Amino acid sequence: MSARITAIRMPRYGMTMTEGAVSGWLAEPGDAVAVGQDLLEVETTKITNVETAAAAGTLRRRVVERGGVVPVGALVGVIADPEVPEAEIDAFVAAHAAAPVAENGEAAGGPVESLVDLGAATIAIRRTPAASGADAAPVVLVHGFGGDGDNWLLVEPALADDRPVITLDLPGHGRSGTVCGDGSIATLAQVLLNLLVALGIPKVHLAGHSLGGAIALAAAATAPERVLSLSLVAPAGLGPGIDDGYIAGFLAADRRKELKDVLGRLFADPDAVERRMIDGVLRMKRQDGVPEALSAIAAANFPGGRQAIDLRPALAALALPVAVIWGDQDGIVDPANADGLPEAVAVSRLAGVGHMPQLERPAEVVRLVKAAIAAGGG
Amino acid sequence: MPRKSFRQALNEGLRLEMRRDPRIFVMGEDVAGGKGASGEQDAWGGAFGVTKGLLAEFGPERVRDTPITESAFVGAAAGAAMAGMRPVVEIMFVDFMGVCFDQIFNQAAKFRYMFGGKAVTPMVLRATFGAGTGSASQHSQALYPLFTHIPGLKVVVPSTPYDAKGLLIEAIRDDDPVIFLEHKAMYDDVGDVPDGAYVVPFGEAAVLRDGGDVTIVAFGRMVGRAMEAAARLARDGIEATVVDPRTTSPLDIDTIIETLEETGRLVIVDEAYPRCGMAADIAGIIAEEAFGLLKAPIRKVTPPHAPVPYAPELEAAYIPSVERIEAAVRGVVGWSR
Repeated sequence: MSARITAIRMPRYGMTMTEGAVSGWLAEPGDAVAVGQDLLEVETTKITNVETAAAAGTLRRRVVERGGVVPVGALVGVIADPEVPEAEIDAFVAAHAAAPVAENGEAAGGPVESLVDLGAATIAIRRTPAASGADAAPVVLVHGFGGDGDNWLLVEPALADDRPVITLDLPGHGRSGTVCGDGSIATLAQVLLNLLVALGIPKVHLAGHSLGGAIALAAAATAPERVLSLSLVAPAGLGPGIDDGYIAGFLAADRRKELKDVLGRLFADPDAVERRMIDGVLRMKRQDGVPEALSAIAAANFPGGRQAIDLRPALAALALPVAVIWGDQDGIVDPANADGLPEAVAVSRLAGVGHMPQLERPAEVVRLVKAAIAAGGG
Repeated sequence: MPRKSFRQALNEGLRLEMRRDPRIFVMGEDVAGGKGASGEQDAWGGAFGVTKGLLAEFGPERVRDTPITESAFVGAAAGAAMAGMRPVVEIMFVDFMGVCFDQIFNQAAKFRYMFGGKAVTPMVLRATFGAGTGSASQHSQALYPLFTHIPGLKVVVPSTPYDAKGLLIEAIRDDDPVIFLEHKAMYDDVGDVPDGAYVVPFGEAAVLRDGGDVTIVAFGRMVGRAMEAAARLARDGIEATVVDPRTTSPLDIDTIIETLEETGRLVIVDEAYPRCGMAADIAGIIAEEAFGLLKAPIRKVTPPHAPVPYAPELEAAYIPSVERIEAAVRGVVGWSR
């Protein structure tokens, strides 16, 4: 196949996704597209997302039109230079149509979920194998308060280009056990480090969101020899403020309507909250032991509507590449917390983005995390 | 997420709750032994295998076989519940509840009200319902509307293994009598079910699909058929929202109305008889409370007002099919005055 032709494939978001629908194209055949430009909307039973162009060129072919449902890995479109002859594009599409999807690569090694027994804590993880570079140091993604590993669905596939990606569910979240000790950031950071030991990971790139950012930072401060780079997305721990209305509302809401309003605070556009996300959070909160664990974690880390721990000194003491990524519309943790950080820290502010950059602007988050990983090596 | 059958999900729900609370016991025909099994214990796990294995873990005091006298053991359960136990009773077929209507309708359902809230009856009556297995007129009915009619009863009709487990745990924890109905053709349906205990609250509909053209409300086994019809219609550009109320009492009418604000068209699919059934009930409520949202008449998809036939061809023609749901949707989407 010509290197001048790039396949656009049905992505995989999470392990249960086997097929997806093209719910809309954002470019017309013949349009020039740039890397990172919004290209098409993909819808699954779990999530709707905009896929961006992985290569520059011309959108030559839309193989699957709006409404089409195809397996993960299937060819949905073709990007190529304008001078590539039509016949060559036809041959490319025909070759893909003839090949079983698994041979197209993406569907071959999907993510695998498992439970890791750490003694008191049981931690659910999802490991996405690397497309290439299976031996590279993995990147481990730590979600925030009330979230779960699925918060990273939109960035996992791209981060797994050149290294394994592992997401975990924190104690009291997702499919993990509900034992969370005192629920403090220090305790949760120790759970993270214990997990790395249990998985036999000597060196790791860490990325954390919100509370997970503080946990990743605390883990890096405790065991800097294990951490190659640190990406902090709207992290806690860098200032005293927190939207305590969000925390209290999240803990209290037990019906869809109340929770929709609460979750709306997470996004620059509150309408970005879909019913599927709300149902997922309600399912989590309705498990025995989860409300108590969430309350314990909130009480330990956000007592009286303030953040209990200041990790700025720990951040200043770190000698590894650190990226801080923040939406300028973040209403949960003030983006001004990114001010006055050590000069070595690469701070990126994303315009028009709320507290969930990895869902609101996944391609940008991938780019910034990859930059931190590249600086960290391994 | 672990994959489990409807049957496994129910068994797990019972097991987890019995571990948590020693007041919970199960009772019913063959739930411990088994007819024709030479006295072998735990031979069947009930006629449909749902209680299999509970006897070994919890013993004969908490997993009790009964004679074939629903009137006696349902009455016993109501009394036990009033006295502080939490019985979960299995009745092989909902069709058999007719012999114990006094215990259900006039006793259990009325205790809280008539004792001024000083008595509660935390009792779950599980039974199978529904056509499609060649079980003929007396073992195939979808009688949830009968129980929905009675104030003081809560009525549950799950459509997925996940909901079955969460709703059963909620039913066991509830302090009122709950009629919990399992479609006998769905026990081998498989879905994602977490290992631990969790609840699905009563009176909260599941919205399984979002679409702007029509709302399809369906119960039990009809939910899957509604979803299939919706998938077929989507190929022609007709987008359906599919709502499963999950409990007929309490009924989440708010969610149905909320979806009608967008769709303006309503099709209700119900395996129960058409007269005084859930389709008729919901159509009546919507006509009264949300008439202004409607762009077309409400359409019901139900069996005819006739007993469930035994002949397989007739039984198949009797049950609402994907094709009939599809046709009803096309009818309301294409309707003009």
